[in-house]
Amino acid sequence: MAHVLILGGRSDIGLAFAHICAHNGHEVCLAARRPERLADDVRDIATRYQVHAETREFDAEDSGGHADWFNQLDQTPDIVLYAAGYLGDVEQATKDNAELERIMQVNARGAMTILEAAVRAMEHRGSGTIIGISSVAGERGRKSNYHYGAAKAALTTFLSGLRNRLSGTGIHVITVKPGFVATRMLQGMQTPAALTATPERCAADMYRAVQRGRDVVYSTWHWRYVMAVIRNIPERLFKKMSI
Amino acid sequence: MSTDQAGKTTALSGWGRFPVVEARESTFADESELRTILQEMNGGIARGLGRAYGDSALAGHVVSTRLYRRMLSFDGTSGLLHAQSGVSIADLLKVFVPRGWFPPVVPGTKYVTLGGAAAADIHGKNHHADSSFGAHIRGLRLMDGQGNIIDCSANDREDVFNSAVGGMGLAGVILDMTLQMQKVESAWITQHIELLPDLDAVIKAFERNAQTRYSVAWIDCLARGNKTGRSVLITGEHAQPDELPRAAQARPLASPPTRRLAFPFTMPAFMLNRISATLFNSLYFRLNSMKRGRSVVPYEPFFFPLDGIHNWNRAYGPQGFLQYQFVLPRGEEDALRLIIERISTSDSAPFLTVLKLFGPGRKTPLSFPLEGFTLALDFPRQPALFGLLDELDQITAQHGGRVYLCKDARLSAHNFRHMYPEHAAFAARRRVLDPNGTFNSLQSQRLGL
Ligand SMILES: Cc1cc2nc3c(=O)[nH]c(=O)nc-3n(C[C@H](O)[C@H](O)[C@H](O)COP(=O)(O)OP(=O)(O)OC[C@H]3O[C@@H](n4cnc5c(N)ncnc54)[C@H](O)[C@@H]3O)c2cc1C
Ligand SMILES: NC(=O)c1ccc[n+]([C@@H]2O[C@H](COP(=O)([O-])OP(=O)(O)OC[C@H]3O[C@@H](n4cnc5c(N)ncnc54)[C@H](OP(=O)(O)O)[C@@H]3O)[C@@H](O)[C@H]2O)c1
Repeated sequence: MAHVLILGGRSDIGLAFAHICAHNGHEVCLAARRPERLADDVRDIATRYQVHAETREFDAEDSGGHADWFNQLDQTPDIVLYAAGYLGDVEQATKDNAELERIMQVNARGAMTILEAAVRAMEHRGSGTIIGISSVAGERGRKSNYHYGAAKAALTTFLSGLRNRLSGTGIHVITVKPGFVATRMLQGMQTPAALTATPERCAADMYRAVQRGRDVVYSTWHWRYVMAVIRNIPERLFKKMSI
Repeated sequence: MSTDQAGKTTALSGWGRFPVVEARESTFADESELRTILQEMNGGIARGLGRAYGDSALAGHVVSTRLYRRMLSFDGTSGLLHAQSGVSIADLLKVFVPRGWFPPVVPGTKYVTLGGAAAADIHGKNHHADSSFGAHIRGLRLMDGQGNIIDCSANDREDVFNSAVGGMGLAGVILDMTLQMQKVESAWITQHIELLPDLDAVIKAFERNAQTRYSVAWIDCLARGNKTGRSVLITGEHAQPDELPRAAQARPLASPPTRRLAFPFTMPAFMLNRISATLFNSLYFRLNSMKRGRSVVPYEPFFFPLDGIHNWNRAYGPQGFLQYQFVLPRGEEDALRLIIERISTSDSAPFLTVLKLFGPGRKTPLSFPLEGFTLALDFPRQPALFGLLDELDQITAQHGGRVYLCKDARLSAHNFRHMYPEHAAFAARRRVLDPNGTFNSLQSQRLGL
């Protein structure tokens, strides 16, 4: 039995991952803002899978407190998933620094500060798995969400560097790049059905990546090829496109 | 996803794929989100897994319990489960059969929610022994049309409880409930299959099997003359571990893997005629004669034979199909014979027809079951069918029987009032719970409820 910490535990993808972990007999801790909203989910997990589940208050925007936050945990988790994310409003971010900073903070900077703290604890023990949910949006800037994309690009680069640094230490780093997932984040948006995964499917892809020790996974796998095409469109064409 | 898809609508139907309407669908993850939705809902209805065949869960605006499906607690000593209404029977089976607990009542598919099971007060093959779903609910919480939450049970706010149970979503949204699960020793059923040559024989066989937990008959409604009513009676009990196949005895509560096929295409309409229905029925009869006698089978094929084929409703072609289920009080077996004869000589050919003997009904005004024989038929939808069903409504109503609302898409308001004499009491209670008309389905409007 492992102990799994999910940062952004109220995210649809994070919660789906908690279910899969608990189903496989692991204890889960859901860390989120206003964790009282997760009380029923914790009862659900405990009832369904007969494992211990708990919540904890966590704010991705409190980078200054992240080191202490992690040190306060009763035990060092075996698996840490960073699932918090903030899509933001691109219009707003073009004129409002607070929105832009929030996008950078929740998707990139907050992930870095809390995951560095997690890695320090894991290094001490000599084992562990870190999973960061980045996004295909980080592979190429598009006018519809380029601040978010830039933050996810930073997260992807951070995770790849971290993996490089920790290679051979027993700590494994996984980068997950979802395409479209039908979660609260996409609420009200029209996405192509064939390329839109359920949060359960995305979570299952992540769990398989843990079991198989993968480094970078797309979810669903189709996106690896979609993004290969998108990355290779010459910039002089791409700049005129609306995708 | 919470609340709403920003006014977006999609084509929605019941399991029979008729009728189809453009509907807006909202979802909620907690009570306050639901309350917000209800504030702007004007004549909408709750929806579970959409297994009602007709228009019970259809309206211009539906509120889905898809994201409201948490199991809140389970007491392994008493078997009491507290769960939200979007939890499905399939969820319960997956979680609790391995621990030795079974839902008290299961319908012919496991893909129904607890909310849908309560709102239609569903029955299973054990109705004569264990009554309907509502009899096993120890308490529930309902959100009424004004966003108030009412705690109720058979002893406390009984009027509200009896409007929620069997109320087809019209009393409000059932939030969560406490359900009495039943203890089982294995995931298997000892099944007995018996062939009966005609209607009299099958009626007697049901009476003979009054003490057996589960019983149901498949009846060949196309057989005529002295074969009228020929049937295959299937009865069963939860098996004891020592009755299981040797290989299964070590882990009696484990379910053997079942295969799930997908129905590959929508059947062209020309294939659905009297000839194919007759062939299907004869084939079914033959296959079962080969399985005659006693056997021990996993619970899934026993309870949910059709769940093995995903989207089997597509087998009925682009026109969709109509389910028709009625019950006649005990003593009205002659009317039952009349109806079967009427069907066997009509131009509409039913495919699957199921006969069952119900035990006594409950006090809930809109619950379907009453003591007597119930017959459920699947008809491919074609114009001539509607006239036949109107005729069957007449016969049923005249003999004190009724039609099952969660299978209905066409009953008239007139016949409905005849069949459900307590409709006025229900309507009165509903005016209190929902004075602003927050809840309405296409069905409730058609029935003048
Ligand atoms: C293959 C098959 C076999 C079946 N066999 C049987 C059988 O053997 N016995 C039997 O009794 N029925 C049977 N049924 C019918 C089925 O059990 C009922 O229609 C049941 O209500 C479906 O549940 P659902 O979750 O799909 O609800 P839906 O079809 O979505 O809704 C059904 C009704 O319940 C209401 N409802 C749903 N959720 C709530 C809620 N949370 N609060 C208030 N109201 C709510 C809806 O408004 C609607 O009126 C069968 C159906 C199929 C497809
Ligand atoms: N859905 C997609 O198509 C998609 C595609 C690519 C990548 N992703 C990524 O997948 C991850 C999970 O998102 P999701 O799709 O599951 O959407 P989601 O349900 O909206 O989850 C996002 C979560 O981030 C949390 N969060 C935001 N700001 C926070 C903060 N300051 N502190 C703590 N938590 C904060 C939110 O918490 P609250 O519940 O408190 O609001 C929310 O639970 C995100 O990183 C997202 O960027 C999603």
